[in-house]
Amino acid sequence: MLIDWFTVAAQALNFLILVWLLKRFLYKPILNALDAREKRIATELANADAKMLEAGQERDAFKRKNEEFDQQRAALLTNAVNRATAERQKLLDNARKESDTLRTKWQEALRSEHRSLSEELTRRTREEIFAIARKTLADLATTSLEERLGEVFVRRLREMDSQAKKGLAEALKTKSDPAIVRSAFDLPAEQRATIQHALNETFSAEIHVRFETAPDLISGIELTTNGEKVAWSIADYLGSLEKDVSELLKEKTEPQANADAPPEQPANEHGT
Amino acid sequence: MRLSPDDIIYWQYGFIKLNATMVFTWGLMLLLIIGSIVITQNLSTGLTRSRWQNLLEIVVTAIEKQIEEVGLSQPRKYLSFLGTIFLFVALASLCTIIPGYEPPTGSLSTTVALALCVFVAVPLFGIEEQGVGKYLKSYLKPTVIMLPFNIISEFSRTLALAVRLFGNMMSGAMIVGILLTITPFVFPIVMSLLGLLTGMVQAYIFSILATVYIAAATRTQQREPEPDSGGQL
Repeated sequence: MLIDWFTVAAQALNFLILVWLLKRFLYKPILNALDAREKRIATELANADAKMLEAGQERDAFKRKNEEFDQQRAALLTNAVNRATAERQKLLDNARKESDTLRTKWQEALRSEHRSLSEELTRRTREEIFAIARKTLADLATTSLEERLGEVFVRRLREMDSQAKKGLAEALKTKSDPAIVRSAFDLPAEQRATIQHALNETFSAEIHVRFETAPDLISGIELTTNGEKVAWSIADYLGSLEKDVSELLKEKTEPQANADAPPEQPANEHGT
Repeated sequence: MRLSPDDIIYWQYGFIKLNATMVFTWGLMLLLIIGSIVITQNLSTGLTRSRWQNLLEIVVTAIEKQIEEVGLSQPRKYLSFLGTIFLFVALASLCTIIPGYEPPTGSLSTTVALALCVFVAVPLFGIEEQGVGKYLKSYLKPTVIMLPFNIISEFSRTLALAVRLFGNMMSGAMIVGILLTITPFVFPIVMSLLGLLTGMVQAYIFSILATVYIAAATRTQQREPEPDSGGQL
């Protein structure tokens, strides 16, 4: 007999036990592992998708921020450039203004110095000339300069042309007040008498004269009455000398002022 | 001439006996269970896994896919039963390369036991899926006249299952035994290789037929049960 029924039953039981054991130890763990892996892969794919989306969003955000930053930077740069340009212009203007002010001051100082120098020069020239003239006259003549001046004045009175003399006579006559004789110094009584005499003689009349001292005349005598005047003084000569000296100084200083020379330089030059 | 390992009896007490079929079956069972336990002890759910785990996964998913392809929409429900049939029969054939080994499937008792399990399992799965009435009605399809034929078909296909596997496995061992007496050395090896191939094919046929029977019984849209197409194999 090929079929042993006890073996059949035992084998069927064996088979059923095997089914249960394999289900417990093989199929279940393997299928669970497969499911877990599939789930994990699905999760990872979903995560990857989410991350990709997030990355895309972050990239967009970053791009936008970058653009904003570029714009801000450009704006700031433009602003800075504008301000720098404005500041530069302002500084330049200030510098120019200061330079102009300094230049004006310097020119003013130059002019003032020139003026004072000129005045000093004039004064000293006058004094020197006066001294020279006095000394020369004193050396040459026995009379003092004042005497000589008086003589010159008297001579001039006498040598007046007829028209002038006539005009002066008219003036003297019409004027009730005494005529004024002004001199740079106090005339001595002798000279006063000489002048009085000369006047009387010249105009053939008793002329009332009042003597005055006027230091600005500078070694001279002048007769004034009712607008008419007879005068002689060194001031006339000095005036012409002063004019000549002034012109000379002007010629010398002007080129230097134009060349923006420092203020001390012309002063030194003039001092020499 | 010994045709079945049933004839090798190690111990007997009345009708209870311990023969080679049972011993080798236990051996196979131990191999399967211990192998499964060892491999599934450290299962990885990550992207990398051991070769043995990979092997088991391939086997399990292949069986699952095969069941699904036959027409069972929930393969996991039937995986334990059908997968175990395939693994047991396949391993029984594979182990024939071990000298002194007798395949338990070469015993008609074992194949009958497996066929009876299928014979019982098919209506159980069918009833579970469709209900008793609907399942029983399927015997009357397409007409009432077909009822006896359907019932005969149930028994005959079970017998065919048992005898087909037994015949193939027994013949493999038998041929090697006969050839050894005529032409030793070379031919038995060739025939052993052929036996391995036959064993694998039989394992596939047995399990796929069982699947087809279950699929036919559980199909909600009732169709005529598959004719015993593998009957001639």
